[in-house]
Amino acid sequence: MMDELDKKILNRAQLGIPVSDKPFADIAEELGCSEQQILSKLQDMLADGLLSRFGPMYDAASLGGAFTLAAIDVPEHRFDEVTEIVNSFSQVAHNYKRQHQLNMWFVVGTESQQEIDSVIKDIEQQTQLSVLNFPKEEEFYVRLYLPV
Amino acid sequence: MSDSTCQSKQKNSPNLTPLERQFIVCTQKGLPIVSEPYRAIAEQLQMSVEQTLAMADDLLQRGIIRRIAAVPNHYRAGYIFNGMTVWDVKDDEIHKFGNLVGKLPFVSHCYRRPRKLPEWNYNLFAMIHGKNEQQISEYRTQIKELLADVLQSNAGKSNDMLTSSKILKKTGLRLQSK
Repeated sequence: MMDELDKKILNRAQLGIPVSDKPFADIAEELGCSEQQILSKLQDMLADGLLSRFGPMYDAASLGGAFTLAAIDVPEHRFDEVTEIVNSFSQVAHNYKRQHQLNMWFVVGTESQQEIDSVIKDIEQQTQLSVLNFPKEEEFYVRLYLPV
Repeated sequence: MSDSTCQSKQKNSPNLTPLERQFIVCTQKGLPIVSEPYRAIAEQLQMSVEQTLAMADDLLQRGIIRRIAAVPNHYRAGYIFNGMTVWDVKDDEIHKFGNLVGKLPFVSHCYRRPRKLPEWNYNLFAMIHGKNEQQISEYRTQIKELLADVLQSNAGKSNDMLTSSKILKKTGLRLQSK
């Protein structure tokens, strides 16, 4: 179970730590605890899997490469087979079953736009299903905060 | 850090210097949780700590780094419900209202994407996260209120929410090191 200090630290650390030579000491001062407490609690949360990661969150697009969101209307009786085909592409990063006529939604990440197009064409060929491609046209800045 | 080297490919990186690419490759798996986290990075990059901090600052200013933060596992933090909300927003209002939706704290991704008429008339996608179905539904209502005056319906409904019934695959997207 998380104690009150754990929660304070996790909530504060989600908002972003300053760029400074001792950022955890800065946060400690703000929260009124010791730097060592911050370090050991965050290390424990990371080791325990409560944190997925700790560090810079990069804007994927500015790292180069190309991304898109794509969807398929998969007949229910073919769902497992199509899942296997789509997941077999290393360029498919995430894939979710969703409650909709378009019931399979996945993210394709590649080095180039050209490769996106060829992955989508290959998936269509192998599944014999149409893939709807939803490339982002504009990204809106988000400030996700999941208080615990 | 598990990366023993910080050498990186020098392709496909708009506006990044080779050193910046190395910084990214060294830190994209995470920043060490130690008193002086930038010291280890500086050593790997053979720069001073001051130069490394200046680089981090600059990447933040340019939006290449969104923030340097703890990312909780949604599920472990109790946020086990997500919904992909989709909206049919008037084209000339989407820039303004997309930005407003993105600012809501429960929205993790917010994009304008193309409509595919007739089967898909939604152009704004906002992913929301909550601890239970009721919370998700309240968040959807909040977005609906925010967009009330700019929703339309191009031969369909004005909005929908697609909940995920199963994760079929989940891997990270990373800049590859050589």
